[in-house]
Amino acid sequence: MLYREAGDFKTSYAKDQQTFPIAFDRWGYFITIAFAVLVVPFILNDYWSNAVILPFLIYAIAAIGLNILIGYCGQVSLGSGGFMAVGAYAAYKLMTAFPELNIIFVILLSGGITALVGMLFGLPSLRIKGFYLAVATLAAQFFLVWLFNKVPWFYNYSASGQISAPERSLFGFVVTGANAHPATSYLFCLGFVFVMAWAARNMTRGANGRKWMAIRDMDIAAEIIGVDPLKAKLTAFGVSSFYIGIAGALLFAVYLGAAEVGEAFGIEKSFLILFMVIIGGLGSIFGSFAGAAFMVLMPVLLKNIMVGQMSWPTDLASHFQFVIVGGLIVIFLIVEPHGLAQLWRLAKEKLRLWPFPH
Amino acid sequence: MQDSYVTADGRTIGATVMEMKNITLRFGGVTAIKDISFDIREGEVRAIIGPNGAGKSSMLNVINGFYHPQEGEVWFHGKRRHEMKPHQIAKQGIARTFQNIALFKGMSTLDNIMTGRLTHMKSGLFSQMAWWGGAQAEEVANREIVEKVIDFLEIQAIRKTPVGRLPYGFQKRVELGRALAAEPKLLLLDEPMAGMNVEEKEDMSRFILDVNDEFGTTIALIEHDMGVVMDIADRVVVMDYGKKIGDGTPDEVRNNQDVIDAYLGVAHD
Amino acid sequence: MSANFYFGIEVFLNGMMAGVLYSLVALGFVLIFKASGIFNYAQGVMALFAALTLVGFQNGQIPFSHLINAIFGTNIHHFGWHMPAILAIIFTLMVMILFAYLVEKYILKHLVNQEPIILFMATIGLAYFMEGFGDLMWGADIKKLDVGIPQGGNIWLEEHTAFLGGDDFYGFYLDNLDMLATIFAGLLVVSLVLFSQYTKTGRALRAVADDHQAALSVGISLRAIWVIVWSIAGFVALVAGIMWGSKSGVQFSLSLIALKALPVLMLGGFTSIPGAIVGGLIIGVGEKMFEFLIGVPFLGGATENWFAYMLALLFLVFRPQGLFGEKIIERV
Repeated sequence: MLYREAGDFKTSYAKDQQTFPIAFDRWGYFITIAFAVLVVPFILNDYWSNAVILPFLIYAIAAIGLNILIGYCGQVSLGSGGFMAVGAYAAYKLMTAFPELNIIFVILLSGGITALVGMLFGLPSLRIKGFYLAVATLAAQFFLVWLFNKVPWFYNYSASGQISAPERSLFGFVVTGANAHPATSYLFCLGFVFVMAWAARNMTRGANGRKWMAIRDMDIAAEIIGVDPLKAKLTAFGVSSFYIGIAGALLFAVYLGAAEVGEAFGIEKSFLILFMVIIGGLGSIFGSFAGAAFMVLMPVLLKNIMVGQMSWPTDLASHFQFVIVGGLIVIFLIVEPHGLAQLWRLAKEKLRLWPFPH
Repeated sequence: MQDSYVTADGRTIGATVMEMKNITLRFGGVTAIKDISFDIREGEVRAIIGPNGAGKSSMLNVINGFYHPQEGEVWFHGKRRHEMKPHQIAKQGIARTFQNIALFKGMSTLDNIMTGRLTHMKSGLFSQMAWWGGAQAEEVANREIVEKVIDFLEIQAIRKTPVGRLPYGFQKRVELGRALAAEPKLLLLDEPMAGMNVEEKEDMSRFILDVNDEFGTTIALIEHDMGVVMDIADRVVVMDYGKKIGDGTPDEVRNNQDVIDAYLGVAHD
Repeated sequence: MSANFYFGIEVFLNGMMAGVLYSLVALGFVLIFKASGIFNYAQGVMALFAALTLVGFQNGQIPFSHLINAIFGTNIHHFGWHMPAILAIIFTLMVMILFAYLVEKYILKHLVNQEPIILFMATIGLAYFMEGFGDLMWGADIKKLDVGIPQGGNIWLEEHTAFLGGDDFYGFYLDNLDMLATIFAGLLVVSLVLFSQYTKTGRALRAVADDHQAALSVGISLRAIWVIVWSIAGFVALVAGIMWGSKSGVQFSLSLIALKALPVLMLGGFTSIPGAIVGGLIIGVGEKMFEFLIGVPFLGGATENWFAYMLALLFLVFRPQGLFGEKIIERV
């Protein structure tokens, strides 16, 4: 089976607009999903689940969310950490106030609450543009973290100021708390990732995505051809925050189990997600996955090599991590502003013509 | 209301679509437009000409609501138009192209022209998330209209090319396509032929006349090239330093002494 | 007058001086932004890096000693000398100039004509890189910086103002260091203004700020100008690094002062030197007074973390061009 589109004629506009127009890609996609659902749960162990797989899945959701805002709608936000905190604290309050509520609804509602908060902080985007807006979103970051730290109601007056996730089950399987099996947590997150990535892809390829991209590419022209900038920007902030909020809720409830706001959702988290989006590729759903995978795997790899193999002290490895991440950001912005996703696209272009490139 | 009439080449010019009454526009202390009135009739090609800095682009910006005049009234389809946002005016059926191409650089030709359909697409966010039922049917229906525009402008081959990679003439054409896709009642063209060579100008003139002829679209355009304007316009407004100095058919304007002075200069003795 | 009133004044004065330090960092941003249109997020890390390097020179630390030890199993740390402060400052300045040169050569040159937001994100990357690099070079432990600036409160001032407020008031407590920093910042601003108004280089700088292309066409070397500007920004970072470092030690949190300077810039406008000064003072005084009057009594304190941002945010919604910026007329 060769990587070709020749002979694969599209007979309707619907088929022309599908996500994977090349048969080979379609099969690759089905096989990946089958592998993720049918094989991974049985070979997953605690280490892989905690160090790589769970954070990858959860950050992928956050990266898709931020990519919708930055990559598609062109509004830079440095407040992702704060919005993840909203998701996490909303999940905590919902779980403790309504113990009967199904965990899926808890997560979705947390996303919804974050979407509202995100839209509130998105309002200034109407008047403020570019990095003025980026700086303005820092207000959200610092204010939200301060709020969850200072108002005891948010952490139910616990002495440590921490929040911790009570045990909740879905179809009889424990998904949150200490007793959750790695495979259940994994499948639970995978379900969210699958549905949300699919929804994001649909939103961005249709009328809505075009509105966002029109605002991103030239906001004045977009308004003149009939895009309401307020609505377009606010939906972008809302949808983006919904994703980020869900990621925050999952990070807290499924992955961390317990969290302290300044530590888990500080400004570093905002940058981490921003880097995932830049390295992965602005304006690409696939890129969000690639970026999340890269930023999760790279430190693990560095640590394994430097600390594990060469037995260097841990802090040296973490310094190297800074140097490498920073360097890569600069290199990617210079060489390939569209990130890993673009490299992947270029590779596929080559592959389509291989082995006769002329 | 004037009577409709039929032009020499067989097109019907109908009633007044848009009327500008005593428009004055200022930026701080600078007056860009001084007390200008004119009308645009249904089905005609109306040109606005004048030297650089005459206020032509500002006039277009007033028509599509990007600038709000300090004085004067804008009447559209027999009703006074109150101050509106540009996107609301777009929804009333006014589309335009820009002097400096304002395409969406990160998108393909097809997507750019599809943005012209946005005012006609109504499916909600959740329907789009799921991508079946309403959203997909709507997408396909609008795609058909866009494909017609693509055929009309003869740009089938660049359908999936990112617009940033297209040569200038094609970019102008895509921009026209985006405006046409909106199926506007009134089409505004801001120097559609600026920077083109003779052949490209001929192509563009043909498209403009065909649009007017085949779809009956009312067109208001700004142009520098007097030859082209005199050939394709039914009536011409001449502006100079923000004032109207002439208005009428190309022949009337050509023989207007003020217009000749403005273009050729006057001998002061 | 009650003691509280005088405490209020003391808070106000302290806010002024904190504001001057914010202005100092903001100044570095403005310089670079004017000359190259780059919003340099790494300015704060540059201050940290400059302070780290200064301490390293002073104490005769061996660069990358941790790394060398880890690789070769050696155990080296110091050259065993102690450098006088002034010499160390000069060496550090040279390092900052070298840094400016490298940034131009390896980053800026390749990013000409990119959108501002891409440049901004590139400087975030640069900040990360430098942070890791500085730690690799000098180690990440908290260091004491002492270049001979007097520390602690000013006793004289305290004794001579105690009579003002009755029994509860012990006189104004103002930090020596803060006062000195204020003087330095003032001098720096004046000399920068003089430099840009009255020297040939300064004129070239302003030309580049107005229009890159036009400046190029009259024979100004853009690249040389960028190196000069980044060097000056490096110098400003060094001054800021010394002030903040002497006050609270050289550590990671020093790089966060950059985050504090951002709202200052939003308030003052990115291109205005007076804007940076006034914005810094407003933020400094504003956040101290807010904490004193509202934060501590009603909100549980620590409002300084976000007050500046909220102020800038609200301000920008009503005046998007900042305090001193010109009104933007949009065209199509």
